[in-house]
Amino acid sequence: MHDRSSSGLHLLHDTDAGKNIRPEDLPFTVQGMTVAYHHKPVLWGVSYSAPKGCLTAIIGPNGAGKSTFLKAALGLIPKLSGETKVFGEPIEKALKRIAYVPQRSAVDWDFPATAIDVVMMGLYGQIGWFRWPSRKHRQKAMDCLKSVGMQDFANRQIGQLSGGQQQRVFLARALAQDSEVYLMDEPFAGVDAATEKAIVAVLRQLVADGKTVLVVHHDLETVRDYYSHILLLNGQHVADGPVETTFTPENLQKAYGGRLASTQLDGLSEASGA
Amino acid sequence: MDIFLQFDLPSILLGSLAALACGLLGNFLVLRKQALMGDAISHVVLPGIVLGFLFSHETGSWAMMIGAGIAAIFAVLLIELIRRIGNVEPGAAMGVVFTTMFAAGVVILEQTGTAGVHLDVEHALYGNLESAIWLDAYTLSDLWNWQALSTLPESIKQLFIVNLLVIGFIVLFFKELKISSFDPLLSASLGFSPKWLGLSLIVMVAIAAVAAFSAVGSILVIAMFICPAATARMLTDNLKTQLFISGIASLSAGLFGYLLAAFGPGLLGYEFSVSAAGMIAVVAGLQQVLAMLFAPHYGVVMRRRRQREHVSA
Repeated sequence: MHDRSSSGLHLLHDTDAGKNIRPEDLPFTVQGMTVAYHHKPVLWGVSYSAPKGCLTAIIGPNGAGKSTFLKAALGLIPKLSGETKVFGEPIEKALKRIAYVPQRSAVDWDFPATAIDVVMMGLYGQIGWFRWPSRKHRQKAMDCLKSVGMQDFANRQIGQLSGGQQQRVFLARALAQDSEVYLMDEPFAGVDAATEKAIVAVLRQLVADGKTVLVVHHDLETVRDYYSHILLLNGQHVADGPVETTFTPENLQKAYGGRLASTQLDGLSEASGA
Repeated sequence: MDIFLQFDLPSILLGSLAALACGLLGNFLVLRKQALMGDAISHVVLPGIVLGFLFSHETGSWAMMIGAGIAAIFAVLLIELIRRIGNVEPGAAMGVVFTTMFAAGVVILEQTGTAGVHLDVEHALYGNLESAIWLDAYTLSDLWNWQALSTLPESIKQLFIVNLLVIGFIVLFFKELKISSFDPLLSASLGFSPKWLGLSLIVMVAIAAVAAFSAVGSILVIAMFICPAATARMLTDNLKTQLFISGIASLSAGLFGYLLAAFGPGLLGYEFSVSAAGMIAVVAGLQQVLAMLFAPHYGVVMRRRRQREHVSA
């Protein structure tokens, strides 16, 4: 059987140790989640609780189940076991408190919609069934586009935008949802430097506003600059906690195994010493 | 005039309304990359239609339509079940369900003796557009005479109601259909279940297909689910505008298709006319070709010109 000793409950973070934590204070908690595609397990008994008001990177090798973790936690794909609680509520009842930003490849960019149309979709939950968006909603969508620096492209068909611009539109849409928890699947994948900067600025603003943000991240070199916390996955829960104490060569070795060159590890550990 | 009102107008109405109901829904099928769903649904509804007919003993009845709707839901569920349990790709699951249900429909048709009534192969393919007649119409004023209008063929009235249902469905669920077609995951996380929306779209498609089916036949049904939407997509980047354009394309295909079929050969000196349903589908196809060539932004001609300017610049 699988060794599940490393995937125990990590509800208490070192910073919180000793304090009495109520479940309604935990923005995003996953317990014992197992997911399989066609009988092949992708995630094994992962338990995790996101630190409130922090910017957390989800890292791990390819196929570690990072995207799967988000999707299954949200109930967007079937899972064998596990449950997700959002501020103590079951996820099904709290979907509106969460904004999810899928990978850019998840949608068809040839769709007849403009940038502002897509951002408006983030407001559909607040608008509700059957009702049509009003001017007020349009204004709000415009503000969200502004905050990612995309206001000049509001009426551009989304397929005519660059990859980075598309990613920013996605981000603006998540901002429009005005949630408390943000889950983002590789927002930095294939974007230009300007977009990367814009995204980082928005992520920091979200955290400054007290939101809890979880980001699937690929580039190990920027983890230390962008994030305060990490969650390391490789099919199982490897480690989670503040970057200073958790983003260590030992943990990375555990998550990536031989797939991470030792020189890379050296570079990262040097950075941690600096 | 009375000949036009009695024979041509009903056929034009029938063709145009059938085209409109299918053409509007086709937008969402094309956007969801389910364009062939219209084709498929027009097959799986057969057992539903036959059972509906056995129940009500009249063709073109609402019982047939309800039967078709139930058959469509049943088919969608069955596809999902086979896909999950059989562990096969969606296309294969569809293929199995469609052929099986169509065959089941044929068997029921044969076994119950309904085959002799109305549902025969020729009608199923080409429809029966020209058989629509409105004998109580004599003058143009009959067009706003309620009593005369009430004598319009049943099939036209039915298609009219189906169009109201389709338009109502799209207006009511526009936002939901849009988001669930573009981003099903977001749609689900905001509480707009893409599954339920997809299922209700398929049910509407089944209703439109059956209403259009008996009038214009399955060839035209399939053409109308795809052509107007694809034509409109070439001409705009706005979904609302696309719906309008596809509506106009559907109606005009119905009108000009019929006129060409009825009077085109006459203008060339021939004494016959050709199948109206077939001609409507041809016109819809031509619209698509014209749009592909001459659309202001996506057309081949303009794209070439832009490329040339780009090169010379």
